[in-house]
Amino acid sequence: MDEINHGRRFTIIWAVCTIIAVPLVIWVLGPNLGYGEASNAGEDQATTLTVLAAIATPFLLLVGLYLVYAAMFFRQPRGQMLEGPAVRDDAKVQISWIVVTSITVLILAVYGSVALIQNYGDGTGSGASPLNRPSHVGLRVQVIGQQWTWTYRWPEYGGVETPGIEIPVNTMIEFNVTSLDVIHSWTVKELGIKADANPQVNNIAFAEPNRLLSFEYRCTELCGIWHGAMYGFGRVVTRPQFEEWIHKMQIKYRPAEKYLPPFALTYQPKFGSHRAGFEEES
Amino acid sequence: MSLAYPHQSSSSVERPGWRKLVGFNIFTGIIGAVIGYIIGWYIGKALTTTPYYEYIRVNTLEDDLALILAYSFGVIGFLVGMGFANYPVGRMLGRPASLREKETGGAWRYFGLSTDHKVVGIQYLVGVGFFFFVGGLNAMLIRTELLHNTPEFVGPEKYLTIVGLHSVVMLGTLTSAVLGPFANYFVPIMIGARRMAFPRIEALTFWLLMAAGVILLSTIFFGGFPTGWTGYEPLNDQALMGMDSYILFFALVGISMVLLGMNMIVTIVTMRAPGVTWGRLPIFCWATFVTAVLMVLAAPMLIGTLLMAALDRAIGTSFFLTLGGGSAYLFENLFWFFGHPEVYVLALPGFGLILEMLPVFARKPLWGYRIAVAGFLGVGLMSFFVWQHHLFVSGINADLRPFYMLSTEIISIPTGFVFLAFIGTIWRSRITFTVPMLFCFAWAFNFLIGGASGVVLSDVPTNAQLHGSFFVIAHFHYTIMGGLGFAFVGAIYYYVPKMFGFKLNERIGKFQFWAMFLTFNATFLPIFALGLKGMARRVTFYPADLITLNRVVSIAAYLLFASMLLLVYNVVYSLVFERERATDNPWHSKGMEWQVPTPVPVDNFPDKIPDMRDFDPYDYGVPVSGGGAAPAPAGAGA
Repeated sequence: MDEINHGRRFTIIWAVCTIIAVPLVIWVLGPNLGYGEASNAGEDQATTLTVLAAIATPFLLLVGLYLVYAAMFFRQPRGQMLEGPAVRDDAKVQISWIVVTSITVLILAVYGSVALIQNYGDGTGSGASPLNRPSHVGLRVQVIGQQWTWTYRWPEYGGVETPGIEIPVNTMIEFNVTSLDVIHSWTVKELGIKADANPQVNNIAFAEPNRLLSFEYRCTELCGIWHGAMYGFGRVVTRPQFEEWIHKMQIKYRPAEKYLPPFALTYQPKFGSHRAGFEEES
Repeated sequence: MSLAYPHQSSSSVERPGWRKLVGFNIFTGIIGAVIGYIIGWYIGKALTTTPYYEYIRVNTLEDDLALILAYSFGVIGFLVGMGFANYPVGRMLGRPASLREKETGGAWRYFGLSTDHKVVGIQYLVGVGFFFFVGGLNAMLIRTELLHNTPEFVGPEKYLTIVGLHSVVMLGTLTSAVLGPFANYFVPIMIGARRMAFPRIEALTFWLLMAAGVILLSTIFFGGFPTGWTGYEPLNDQALMGMDSYILFFALVGISMVLLGMNMIVTIVTMRAPGVTWGRLPIFCWATFVTAVLMVLAAPMLIGTLLMAALDRAIGTSFFLTLGGGSAYLFENLFWFFGHPEVYVLALPGFGLILEMLPVFARKPLWGYRIAVAGFLGVGLMSFFVWQHHLFVSGINADLRPFYMLSTEIISIPTGFVFLAFIGTIWRSRITFTVPMLFCFAWAFNFLIGGASGVVLSDVPTNAQLHGSFFVIAHFHYTIMGGLGFAFVGAIYYYVPKMFGFKLNERIGKFQFWAMFLTFNATFLPIFALGLKGMARRVTFYPADLITLNRVVSIAAYLLFASMLLLVYNVVYSLVFERERATDNPWHSKGMEWQVPTPVPVDNFPDKIPDMRDFDPYDYGVPVSGGGAAPAPAGAGA
């Protein structure tokens, strides 16, 4: 048995590396995580990423450094065949490992759940009737996915359907996401929104943009060959700019209204199947 | 028909060559498959013209029913041609019971139904290796397409088929990557048995998997399939006939999984030699056992779901079609109820292999045997309670998300047990860095990153950013390729001396390891970055500012593929150019599988089953007085 106290030496190495690495993760890596924090949801997601990265760092260092340490110091001397100590377990170590990992996991779960509830689903699709709704919804917009494009309907503006989207800043917006055919997913990374568009399901997500910018919306659920091309660009604008835009849209798309079904939370799919006996609706 | 009795010389040895061709083997199997296919196709076509079918099927352009029946009858014809019907029919005609078929007879027995678990193990290794190669080729095509941010190489339609083939081949055949070759070969020896509990079913699982693989690859003749490995409805229903290949493939893989799992369970429960108690079962057998339980419980869900999907496609039901009263959520829910245990079916055997190899090269007993077993059981149990974390943004049961977040994070506790056993075993050990040991260390590094990124994905707020992005791809490649894949390749280096009687070249092996480890990380670490920058999965269009990073990934991926070819080169080199005959126990292991001679006799233990009451597979190390020198992985209190 060698003289070195491996336990103490490794603990010191690990502690020093952790003390150096965790601040780096929080203040150097952290600001680069997340896509832009242009809404309450996006902000919270970026913070959560940083928190998770900071919590993971000591564990990653523990195992990672240990592998290097073991590879360096617990070696078989060249050309020999020595046996290690025949130790089979240690209750103290095992119990402390279980306690530490369990507490960490519980903290993570509580943290995630609180963030989820506080931010009204944190920009995720939360089903047709989310338990936790913001009281100050300032605008509703329906997001309709179909192969392979997105359109938007505005129930508070006569149900007009537009091919593009502009939304007002500092307004809690309720996105009602649905699909006319297969499953899509409406994702705006800058605003931290991601909600699946399911046929005949109204999937609601909330987000409040907090700055003016143009954003990209994209489908992130595989929906057929042009899935990758199912993206476009929208803008977060001031409220007066938004009102001006939507009135222009109402005038522009009035001729199309007679071809549209009345506004509803979900619509009959364009087809159930091209094979299973459902004719395309006329 | 060869219904040989134990120890009877098989009649196939004396048969002339032409007689071998018309016996029951792969050639007659292929003939049976073709005949079955044709019969199935015409039955399907005939059914399609019945008045009822005309009524329900208004807008049809394709022959899904004919194709599904053709595939099904083709598989039956193949199995009959292989000789799987001989024994049941023979028994019905009053022939005597027998356990054994084609256990001797040279290389020929590898091309037919063999009841020797060692033959089946080698069949599996070659078969799974072939599909691993096919999946890898598809990965190369994917990376080539992603050299550009617009579809310029294969185009969006073929691209989706290639993505689908890569993922389905990998997930479908790699479920058997460890249980097929290594568990079939070594579990009976480790537990001191002469064979598996159901030798014919063991052979059946392999040939079913091969038939399934051929069916999957035939999808390219029917237009491919656009859904990726998840096969989500209603896209599934909308797809061309190539989708039927996916459905039949996965259903057959499911059947193969159930049979393989049941066989393993029964073998381990009933056939342990005296002394192999549950507390002394080798850790790899424990991992196999838990995996087998997961297979038996999860795979039927897959088979049933795909049957429903096939009915939707072929005869006009609407389980998953909203317009007919069905639900697309139903498919997602059922699929992931299978799909999540499935990923642990992929991970657990890797855990077992690593912990089995580790003590040999650390020259210490396995540390924390019981906590490792508890880890396997915990992972196995929890894997049935986490599946909706794949559906966090789908809107399904949104109010249950805190529960799934908790259960998903809880599953990292038992996974941590496996790491603890790893850490404890190498504490103050005497490590020799042979090639298998290098792979063990690489496994720990890769799975650590895979696990940590999994915790990030399990949190709903971060999942909202990362779901459906390249981050997910990096995460599961670190756990499956970096975990299972590295354990698999490490186990090849470890077990080839016993299975084939020669050692793989150590120098090429080390070079191959470093090439594989470095290129693997060079491929998938940047993919985390791509995901964090918002690159979506399964797309042929992506933002122009990600082109450079994607090209880096593509080049690293080509090199990774080359490093896998190096493994093939090593096999050829060690076999042909510099053959080093392996001794019975080249690694000085204490495991039972290394105490039997090489090549392993047909009966494993020809004289009598070993008495293992004084046998300890982890009997390494020098005793320590008082246990005072207990390992204290210092940072455990982190």
